[in-house]
Amino acid sequence: MKLADTLQFASGSLRGSPTRTLLMMLAMSIGVAAVVVLTALGEGARRYVIDQFSSLGTNLVIVLPGRTETAGVGPGLMSGQTPRDITLDDAQALLRSRAIKRIAPLTVGSATISRGALNREVVVAGSSSDMLGIRHMSIAVGSFLPPGDLHDSASVCVLGNAIKRELFGNEQAVGQSVRLGDRRFRVIGVLASQGESMGMRTDDLVIIPVATAHQLFNTTSLFRVLIEAKNRDAIEAAVSEAEKIMVQRHSGERDVTVITQDAILQTFDRILTALTMAVGGIAAISLAVAGVLIMNVMLIAVAQRIREIGLLKALGAPARQIRHLFFAEAVLLSGVGSVAGLALGYMGSFIIGKVYPMLPVSPPWWAVLAATLTALGTGVLFSVWPARRAARLDPVAALAGK
Amino acid sequence: MIELQNVCRTFTVGDQQVAALRDIDLRLDAGEYISIMGPSGSGKSTMLNMLGLLDRPSSGTYLLDGGNVTELNDEQQARVRREKIGFVFQSFHLVPRLTAAQNVELPMILAGIPAEERNARVRVLMQNYGLSDRADHKPDQLSGGQRQRVAIARATVMNPTVLLADEPTGNLDRNTGWEVLKLLEGLLEQGITLVLVTHDAEIGARAHRCIHMLDGRIISDERQEK
Repeated sequence: MKLADTLQFASGSLRGSPTRTLLMMLAMSIGVAAVVVLTALGEGARRYVIDQFSSLGTNLVIVLPGRTETAGVGPGLMSGQTPRDITLDDAQALLRSRAIKRIAPLTVGSATISRGALNREVVVAGSSSDMLGIRHMSIAVGSFLPPGDLHDSASVCVLGNAIKRELFGNEQAVGQSVRLGDRRFRVIGVLASQGESMGMRTDDLVIIPVATAHQLFNTTSLFRVLIEAKNRDAIEAAVSEAEKIMVQRHSGERDVTVITQDAILQTFDRILTALTMAVGGIAAISLAVAGVLIMNVMLIAVAQRIREIGLLKALGAPARQIRHLFFAEAVLLSGVGSVAGLALGYMGSFIIGKVYPMLPVSPPWWAVLAATLTALGTGVLFSVWPARRAARLDPVAALAGK
Repeated sequence: MIELQNVCRTFTVGDQQVAALRDIDLRLDAGEYISIMGPSGSGKSTMLNMLGLLDRPSSGTYLLDGGNVTELNDEQQARVRREKIGFVFQSFHLVPRLTAAQNVELPMILAGIPAEERNARVRVLMQNYGLSDRADHKPDQLSGGQRQRVAIARATVMNPTVLLADEPTGNLDRNTGWEVLKLLEGLLEQGITLVLVTHDAEIGARAHRCIHMLDGRIISDERQEK
């Protein structure tokens, strides 16, 4: 029997009982669509997080005060010392490293901003001119903090987009002055609206020179030092050199933590990939369920078509051919089912992408491949038993419908 | 040429052994017209299934055209059925979802014959059996006589040497039955060996050779000149 004839005969018997065939295909396609949509969501979440991290800056290394020990008691506690603060000079010293391109010190506090009768509480970030480039922010109007000595405490500020709108409405803000705490500041720029990035809304931020912030909050310590490494390969060197410099400056005490954005990113990447696979795996269970359904319905079909099977045997079909016919049915069923499922899945992903535009929803190729193969595999696997049962029928009994 | 030597067939029903065929020795020559008669349970259907390789003897030997077919495996037996044996059943056994032409085509599909040749042979056969205008009808749109003619067309499309008919007129009215019988007898001119199982004495008497069975044994085997 030729392959084309086998397929044609099998599709004929499938079309012979359309309701049953459609239901089985539906089960198959729901399974495939579930895998596609769920992995698309997982992959979308993963890419969303990566995008968010990338928007924080590239080749980013962050120095924070205090040492995170994974076990035991930290050396600071043993000697009765508390971690030393990171100062502006510490931050500037980091520039000695050749692996480090630029740095931005960061001090964070909150203060009341007011203009005339309008006032509100805002998060104030003290930083330097390089903050703009390192954090991938952009300016809508005016200019960012001026470059120069980090110790200069000019009374200038850059407003987040939302703050500007609340205080100035549609008026021109640059050149005007606002009051921050007990000091007057001249507005020199407004940040472009960026939305949320990693829980920090730059729209609601006010940025002032770091030295000014130190005066405002009466402190000398830094919350973070953001470092941009020369390039991707220099990240490791930047980390070790930053640590070395800090240890030197803190009289041999390792009391800072240096983390790379890459490390965080990779952790998230791993977690989310695992999550995507887990969710895809759970969806694949529905494919197995569809497979069991196919088996069940095919067993019924064998019973219902027992006379036809007996006839085929009488007409000279060997057991092998009968098996092939049932296999062909299973392959056709799961094949058409998975194609429909893929279409359904892509459609679903498309709709989700429209509903949540910030999620870059697209099913990963490996999930699509795995779903299709699993569908075909379960289809064939679960038809083995019905096909064998059909092939082993005694022709005399089968012809009599027994 | 068909030869059965000492063929026995026993079935196990519950814990009892029931003999459907006992020590059958039978020789059928090519081109013979044989009827097998006997009451129900006499083993005539088992005999027919045995001749058609649908059943295997519990003991004994079956020689078809000089070859021992009892020793063949499933694949080889299927091939023999496909190429040398045609079946006509009482209840027609047409595949309901296929058209008349497709039903006739079925054995050729199983044999892997190319589509053009299949179509040509189906067309000729449908014309010979007066079914040309019924080719695209499904079995449930055909009368009993037409259905049996389709079944005969299907049984002969592979040009078998033996045609086995199990009560071919059993489900037909008298007139239609006679027509079908004439059609079957017409095949004898092509040199086919026709084996007819029936319990209608009038039909059985038309054969050149009448075999009577009882309790799994051949009790009489008469040749009559026509």
